[in-house]
Amino acid sequence: MNPDVLIVGGGVVGAACAQALATEGCRVTLLEAEGLGGGATAAAMGHLVALDGSDAELALCRLGQARWNALAPDLGAALELDPCGTLWVAADEEEMALVKPRCEAYRAAGIEAELLDARALHEAEPHLAPHLPGGMRVPGDSVIYPPAGARLLAEAAQRAGARILTGIRVASLEPHGLRLADGTALSAGCVVLAAGSASKALIPRLPLVRRKGHLAITERRPGFLHHQLVELGYLKSAHGSDTDSVAFNLQPRPNGQLLLGSSRQFGDEAPDIRTTLLRRMIEQALSYVPDLAQVSVVRAWTGFRPITPDHRPLIGPLPGHPGVLLACGHEGLGITTAPATAELIAAEVLGRKPAIDPAPYLPSRFPELAHA
Amino acid sequence: MPRVIVDGRPVDVAEGALLVAALGLPPVACRSLSGEPRGPLCGMGQCFECRVQLEGREVLACLTPAREGMEVRRG
Repeated sequence: MNPDVLIVGGGVVGAACAQALATEGCRVTLLEAEGLGGGATAAAMGHLVALDGSDAELALCRLGQARWNALAPDLGAALELDPCGTLWVAADEEEMALVKPRCEAYRAAGIEAELLDARALHEAEPHLAPHLPGGMRVPGDSVIYPPAGARLLAEAAQRAGARILTGIRVASLEPHGLRLADGTALSAGCVVLAAGSASKALIPRLPLVRRKGHLAITERRPGFLHHQLVELGYLKSAHGSDTDSVAFNLQPRPNGQLLLGSSRQFGDEAPDIRTTLLRRMIEQALSYVPDLAQVSVVRAWTGFRPITPDHRPLIGPLPGHPGVLLACGHEGLGITTAPATAELIAAEVLGRKPAIDPAPYLPSRFPELAHA
Repeated sequence: MPRVIVDGRPVDVAEGALLVAALGLPPVACRSLSGEPRGPLCGMGQCFECRVQLEGREVLACLTPAREGMEVRRG
């Protein structure tokens, strides 16, 4: 018989786990302290991207992309899945020299990738600055609206029999279950911690820190942009450990708005907008797309993303706590990798072979988690 | 009394008034994607519901003084 499963956290990862487990016949209860799709999910751009920071990162991304594409018809139009592809933009000739090997690496991994010279780049995106030398187009990438993704996955889980409870705060992890803030004890065969950096409140030794990010969204300019644009140097910022960094990331939303990222900060625990960083982010964007100066930003906000020391998420059993699985620490890739995480969790819960090798994401790779 | 042009029609507003004063009662500045009318809510530049096009740029009607001859388009 399949075990009962309690999932802590109703972000995109928890919701994806609920959907996968309920669909495979588990009795699932998901507990969310606030609302579905808040937290790091609401601080995400929703870029479903094949990111090649490492083989493990790429494998999780590709499985995530494939699962989203398979889920999309059931989840419906509110997911706002837009197969716009990614255009990686080189800032100068030095970066342009890196495009060819990167294209070849993508193709070797079986991912369609196209090298664009300056002319092809400006044909693809006429608003890019004239001096930009070229880039790489990855047509298989796409974009969704993350909070809707979490909500739609939770609703799909519900249709498959899961209970989705919001406004429920978990106080502690107990043998064979959980205790809620109101004192209620819940028991289950299995507990999945998918509460992002809040998972640390239940297991203080988790190697997770929060990194703050800013986002801004503009007025509607339909047709202004056709691809998700990312600067080629993005990985440097995404995986760097500088205190503050910004990387150009601009996305067309289906309603014509443009979503602008991205910033990364350690050690700033306040949700306030830092205008100096927002200005750096906007100046970086203007250096790639000068015409953005004519487009108004209508909102800016911040959020926190949970990161691990090696930038890979924690997915799998927590040593010393039988029946407790981690599904947290997805940093800025949680939207892309949520359904892949759900696949690894479902395989572990049901004792079947997962679609990809789970080893690179196992919590036991960290010494502080390897022993109870 | 400055006269501004809103969607091609002249509207007179009081000296020193902001553009919101030219948007009618109830004031309508733009429309949501589903076509619902939107207008000034906060009146202090926070809610962005009073966006209008002024000479090709989007401005907030609640923060923009009305001046003689301004041409405003509502979205």
